[in-house]
Amino acid sequence: MVTLLSKPLRLSARVRKSVKALLHVAAILFLAGLFYLGVTDRLGADPVDTLLHYTGIWTLISLFICLTLSPLSKHLPCGDLMRFRRMTGIYAFVFAFCHFLTYALFELQLNISLLGEEIVKRPYITVGMAALLILLALTATSTSNIRRRMGKRWQQLHNSIYLAMLLGLLHFTWSQKTFWQEPVFYWLIGLSLLILRKDKFQRLLRRRR
Amino acid sequence: MPSPFKPSVKLTDNDVTDERVYRSRRRILKQLGFVGAGALLASSTRAADWFWEDDEKKSAFQRQALTFDSPEKYQIDAEKTPYSKASTYNNFYEFGTDKSAPAERAQSLTVDPWTLKIDGMVKKPLTLDYDDLFKRFTLEERIYRLRCVEAWSMVLPWVGFELGKLINLAEPTGSARYVAFETLYDPDQMPGQNNRFMGGGIEYPYVEGLRLDEAMHPLTLMSVGLYGKTLPPQNGAPIRLTVPWKYGFKSIKSIVKITLTDKQPPTTWNRLAPDEYGFYANVNPNVDHPRWSQASERRITTGGLFARNRIETQLFNGYQEVAPMYKGMDLRRFY
Repeated sequence: MVTLLSKPLRLSARVRKSVKALLHVAAILFLAGLFYLGVTDRLGADPVDTLLHYTGIWTLISLFICLTLSPLSKHLPCGDLMRFRRMTGIYAFVFAFCHFLTYALFELQLNISLLGEEIVKRPYITVGMAALLILLALTATSTSNIRRRMGKRWQQLHNSIYLAMLLGLLHFTWSQKTFWQEPVFYWLIGLSLLILRKDKFQRLLRRRR
Repeated sequence: MPSPFKPSVKLTDNDVTDERVYRSRRRILKQLGFVGAGALLASSTRAADWFWEDDEKKSAFQRQALTFDSPEKYQIDAEKTPYSKASTYNNFYEFGTDKSAPAERAQSLTVDPWTLKIDGMVKKPLTLDYDDLFKRFTLEERIYRLRCVEAWSMVLPWVGFELGKLINLAEPTGSARYVAFETLYDPDQMPGQNNRFMGGGIEYPYVEGLRLDEAMHPLTLMSVGLYGKTLPPQNGAPIRLTVPWKYGFKSIKSIVKITLTDKQPPTTWNRLAPDEYGFYANVNPNVDHPRWSQASERRITTGGLFARNRIETQLFNGYQEVAPMYKGMDLRRFY
């Protein structure tokens, strides 16, 4: 494999903390900015549509970053990159949750019966909800404590992040009126991340047999 | 009395040169094969829109003031959708599938000269040029509700004339039953037409159709203006159909041909997904689109996220006067 750095790169606790703090500030400013512009009607013609779009897109981008970190930390000699993985995964859930909140609060405007009906009746929403629930389960079991207590089952559960990504992509494509739109590019990225892991999937399949 | 059309803005040679430069830039981009990547970046231009106020707003296209009557019965009492929203939230896949793309990419569309042909089963086929569109008939302003199949709606003051008047001028023969419409096909100007990543992969030119009685209904308007001025390209300049009791995709934009026929003509969205979009496409809260409920809609006017703008959708978008045309028809089957 290509080795880009001759010496392993260590990130000190201080560097990691600062980078994380910076990412937190950026993500929170981004979300707060979006909601603020939306509330003041400065988010395009239909603020609800724009907000749905950006929270959805950033769910996928966070998932992509999260799933890029482990191959990256293998090929760059910088294992410390893995220490950012939990954070990016949790942000995927945060964005997905904001996406859902936008849908329930501003798109359907708290019409709860319509919300229930749509989740059941519209396959693309069912699929999106499934992805959200998976991300919720992964977030809820993300602490080191729970991870230790769950033992082997933790990894099994957290492998479902790939399923969440595929469901998210399907939800995105399905929400559009035609196939050949923006989601195609996201599928290409998502599928490449899976191809990078083909050995892992083959192993998993073999073990199951 | 039709009043003479006077352009309020005169273009200079400079404007023409600008446009040519703009076009050649497009062509170079296309030759480099960057248009596909451009579609990917479309969302980032949208981001730029609201993070930084863009000083040189896309002002290439000049709208001209129109003279028109305002018949009382078409002035409805509802909050209108501001022009700034109606002109930046458009489904016009010829210029990209993103709703903000047409406002960005359509500004250099050449609308003058324009030719609109009326042919097929008519005794007097005719051709209207750009000036005819505004001079041949008395223009009227009508405030119509627009209901998109995506479950949002707007209220807009169109300026135009009844399609029926135009059809009568061509004198349909006794065998004419349907009216077919066609949008301009010009991939040089409408980049989505030969780039499936930009145009969503639908078949071009965009075509639509109406039954003859629907086309002759006094509500059916050929719009040439919006908010008192000529249409901007993203809203279908120089002439488009406006059928207020049907979903927005029926109201075909930038029309170059109208053909009277005896067979039900193919329509773009029906051809793409017949189980999702019917030929009739009448607004109907009781017949859901497979992917979204049609029982209610969000009315886009002003106000941000907390605007409580979800309202019940009405059958025929509230235009009950069209109901007799569908008497005895199963509207679930003929959706």
